[in-house]
Amino acid sequence: MSVLRALVGLVVVLLAVVLQASLFPHFAWHGVVPDLALLVVVGAALVRGAQYGAVLGFVAGLAVDLSPPSDHIAGRWALALVIVGYVAGRVRQDAHRDRPGPTQVVLTVAACSFVGTSVFALSGLLLKDPLIDVDEMLTTILVALVWDVLLAPFVLPLVMMLFARLRPSRVAF
Amino acid sequence: MRRDPHHQRDGQRAARSTLVLLLLVCATLITLDYRGGNDSPLEPVRKLVGEALGPAESATASVVRPFSAIPDWFHSRTSLRSDLNRLKAENARLRQQLETTDLDRNRLAEYDDLARAASDTGYVLVPAHVIAIGPSQSFSRTVTIDAGTRAGVTADLTVLNNDGLVGRVLRATTTTATVLLIVDAESVVGGRVGRTMEVGFLRGSGAVGPEGNLDLDLVDESVTPEEGDAVVTWGSEGGAPYVPGVPVGSVTSVISSPRDTSQRAVIDPYVDFGSLDLVGVVVPAGTDSDRTLISAGDDR
Repeated sequence: MSVLRALVGLVVVLLAVVLQASLFPHFAWHGVVPDLALLVVVGAALVRGAQYGAVLGFVAGLAVDLSPPSDHIAGRWALALVIVGYVAGRVRQDAHRDRPGPTQVVLTVAACSFVGTSVFALSGLLLKDPLIDVDEMLTTILVALVWDVLLAPFVLPLVMMLFARLRPSRVAF
Repeated sequence: MRRDPHHQRDGQRAARSTLVLLLLVCATLITLDYRGGNDSPLEPVRKLVGEALGPAESATASVVRPFSAIPDWFHSRTSLRSDLNRLKAENARLRQQLETTDLDRNRLAEYDDLARAASDTGYVLVPAHVIAIGPSQSFSRTVTIDAGTRAGVTADLTVLNNDGLVGRVLRATTTTATVLLIVDAESVVGGRVGRTMEVGFLRGSGAVGPEGNLDLDLVDESVTPEEGDAVVTWGSEGGAPYVPGVPVGSVTSVISSPRDTSQRAVIDPYVDFGSLDLVGVVVPAGTDSDRTLISAGDDR
């Protein structure tokens, strides 16, 4: 059963990665697309907590790093999304509720989008992969944030419902 | 549901150790890939993931393609008329350009024939569609095309479309290939100004969006390129990764500082990287391919 659950989680993440690369470029603004993988990780972490969020973040990040057409140093998106998954999961624990409210969800998405893209950009600055000026970086981070917040009302409820279903029923929390 | 405080603390501790563990794994991966360079241990994994996800991207793109044309149906008559005027003006400009570049064209044709006679190979194109585009959030400009090793595409081949140079193939799986666009910050192409035959290096600015420009660092400082001069590829040895004579873009401005020994020109690429779709991969004649190849001489 737990293998099946893990498999469903993996399929959802891979689907998000594929859609992000093949469907969303048609809606891109200056090449910036909504980060669907990040939204899935945030949604799952909000329902399932920090540990699950971090693991799913790692899987999703690795999928983004290794799937075509990405060519950056592998592990950079994994790093960013592990942090995103953990942070989003902590929000849920701090909320002391099973279901965080809509405002809280949107704020979490905004914060996580900012943190995720920034961590990725900063790792690029450190590794000089590639050399991009800071203005460009900030614009991209902000546009990505707006995109993610705009898409959150459509994606997050679905993702949260799905991952709540996937939760093993015998666990107390 | 009420929470047991002990249980929660245990959960938090577990989450924290998972976080640390995963961060260490990420750091290891980054180090491995960074140190490894082109033969990094992650390259086979990349290929494997590409084999698995490539067909999925291909399928998604073919579902989406018919719908992506819908916005074009709603062009009003006025916008069509303005399009017509714009195209007329562009046509006139291009005709003028053609007349003034005849001489260079003849010279280039001679060189081309010479090169062709010497190596006795014509180039042929493998047609391919762009099926996935890397997001700007990744700060690199790469796309996936739906032609792989089965279609005769391998690493380090030139990719172009009917406007000009698009980029080069980085790696190929059986059904897909990843292309580095020339506007990527890590892309360097040997370029030649058509009018003066001056050579230089074209570097991508890596800029996001439509202002994807190229910088041309000219080797010779005595000759100044003019605005509107066409730049073509200079060509690499053996035609890989770039074949010679592919149009790249036109000069929009020239920056020369007395401190530097070379001068820099900003190039506006002919290719619109925002709406890439059909591209061609230049392969040597006689390549085994599962699709019909386009010969370069057909349209002349």
